[in-house]
Amino acid sequence: MKRLLLPIITFALLSIWAGSCLAASTIKIGALFSVTGPPSFLGEPERNSAKMVVDEINAKGGIKGKKLELVVYDTQGDATKAVQAANRLIKEDKVVAIIGPSTTGESMAVLSVAEKEGIPLISCAAGSKITDPVKKWVFKTAQNDGLAVTKIFEHLNKRKINKVAILTVSDGFGASGREQLKAHAAKFGIQIVVDDTYGPKDTDMTSQLTKIRGSQAQAIVCWGTNPGPAVIAKNVKQLGIKLPLYMSHGVSSKKFIDLAGDAAEGIILPSGRVIVADVLPASDKQKKSLVAFVKDYQKHYKAEGDHFGGHAWDAIMLLKGAIERGGDTPAAIRDQLEKTRGFAGIGGIFTYNTADHAGLAKDAFVLVQVRNKDWALVK
Amino acid sequence: MNREVYKFLVLVAIVLLCPLAVHEGYILNVLVFVGIHTMLALALNLLLGYAGQISLGQAGFFGLGAYISGILTATHGVNPWLAMGEGAVVVTLLAFLIGFPILKLKGHYLAMATLGLGIIIYIVFNEAVDQTGGPSGLSGIPNLSLGGIIFDNDLKNYYLIWTFVLLSMGLALNLVHSRIGRALRAIHDSEVAARVMGVNARLLKVQIFALSAGLSAVAGSLYAHTMTFVAPASFGFNFSVELVTMVIIGGLASIYGSLLGAALLTLLPELLRAFQDYDIIVYGLLLIIMTMYMPGGLVKGVPALFSAIRSRLKRKPSAHA
Repeated sequence: MKRLLLPIITFALLSIWAGSCLAASTIKIGALFSVTGPPSFLGEPERNSAKMVVDEINAKGGIKGKKLELVVYDTQGDATKAVQAANRLIKEDKVVAIIGPSTTGESMAVLSVAEKEGIPLISCAAGSKITDPVKKWVFKTAQNDGLAVTKIFEHLNKRKINKVAILTVSDGFGASGREQLKAHAAKFGIQIVVDDTYGPKDTDMTSQLTKIRGSQAQAIVCWGTNPGPAVIAKNVKQLGIKLPLYMSHGVSSKKFIDLAGDAAEGIILPSGRVIVADVLPASDKQKKSLVAFVKDYQKHYKAEGDHFGGHAWDAIMLLKGAIERGGDTPAAIRDQLEKTRGFAGIGGIFTYNTADHAGLAKDAFVLVQVRNKDWALVK
Repeated sequence: MNREVYKFLVLVAIVLLCPLAVHEGYILNVLVFVGIHTMLALALNLLLGYAGQISLGQAGFFGLGAYISGILTATHGVNPWLAMGEGAVVVTLLAFLIGFPILKLKGHYLAMATLGLGIIIYIVFNEAVDQTGGPSGLSGIPNLSLGGIIFDNDLKNYYLIWTFVLLSMGLALNLVHSRIGRALRAIHDSEVAARVMGVNARLLKVQIFALSAGLSAVAGSLYAHTMTFVAPASFGFNFSVELVTMVIIGGLASIYGSLLGAALLTLLPELLRAFQDYDIIVYGLLLIIMTMYMPGGLVKGVPALFSAIRSRLKRKPSAHA
């Protein structure tokens, strides 16, 4: 072991030293994603997309002649690790801006660091409390859950449905969805007759669904990320429940259709435009960004680009825009970010101002339906 | 005993001077976490190393301390020091009550029971959304302050937390060198023999379990007030396992071992960041190598390594001669 230890330590020290000696004529951007851990379904596509778009910008000569350098740290979905990594990015790597973290909890933990140190942070998490109230240095790219809820409730109104059952997963995503569903219901004249939850790892939801079947509910709204909602879709079919089933944008990827199989047919959900990029009309302002993103992601990672990756893509492109318009110091980037107007990204069309650091309107979502194992736009 | 005092004074000196050596603000921030983890490893070591009772639910007590402090100060506006005290008292009492039935169990069964306890606490953090803020956490926790000094930066927090670390290490050193410490080690070696010698094994186990939980809760309060934010993901089962690893890597039944283990496991991921995507693999390999070749933990393994190197260096010139 003595023979082993010395080379290992030497190698570790050398690589740290080599890492810190990279050329200084680059613009350093930090990234915090939960590449491993429970939220890895967010972190991995986010990291992939961020790396991809940074490579592309550099291949085209960088920004104003300076190359971008992306420093990515894995936070494992843990707020403690996210805060440590954020401190490291700011104090050791001396980044000018940070993108991420992936989850609302981590973002809430990191934003106080960004505020204190004066470094712009573009969170990739959905929770509306990240930018409400507005914090000077904090922006976000993921659509607020409230926007998705609004889309569903508008559709319910159109179908004259006013009694719904909600079934939400007991994690950050589901808790936020549940909160927003309950907050918006009254405004649309909708009554929540059943309010039930399920665990992220549950494999059978028939007991909750049986309760819903015996209720007054005219529709079911389920809020969760894979694989739970696929189980619910299957259970609904097995129990022969004929109520319309709505899902959240948490399952807007092909994986959900693969998991749920035939049971997915007819399910309606709000989604970013990315999954329907190819069927969008040419007049759609986001189409160009969307098609480019989907094609690139396919080429680099042999997988379908999803809207989670899109959040990171948007964050980098927003930074690029800000640096092109102003300087590359943290303060200049922040000021220019706030002046972003009508940037057509993956998540929607971003317009930030001093009172709004979320930047998206409800048209950031479209309603899609599963038809013939594929997504179709709901008019 | 005199040597012990010197050792401790050397440690105090190192702790005091450390911030002068590290100018990087970020290292100081990591050292703050090393301090918190040391308190937790120490608390667990009293239970696991000395009394020989495993707990896989330490993260739960740590979390309870953090949440009680967080909720009392952020939601109800209680003074942070008072909240810290309340957290410690509540958690100690809770552990004391739970300890009686749980500590009747031994070995794997005790591990299962404490694991279950940790998971129950974790679920409460997640589900009691109205109180805890649920999975997305509780924010707006104030910093601690003392006579006009607000502990709001890394340097101040460093001194605050390491004061607590040194106090708890002093307390632990005293404890393990007292009659209670000897009784604990007797229980560790043979509970039956200890009882024959007149040690109230059952009560002592519960007391040390409660002390361990209370100390973890204080660490939790310190964590909440330095981070100013808490979320359940930091107090999950993984963290309980990490604490057990710290104690074992550092050295069972060693106060200084707890410090070494906590320092290594907190600093190592930071150093390994240079390996980027492979850091987890290197981290795992290092842990395997260390447990294989340093079964007594760092506290015994590192001096052994040095003396081995020294004897080899001494031998070499004679071989050439």
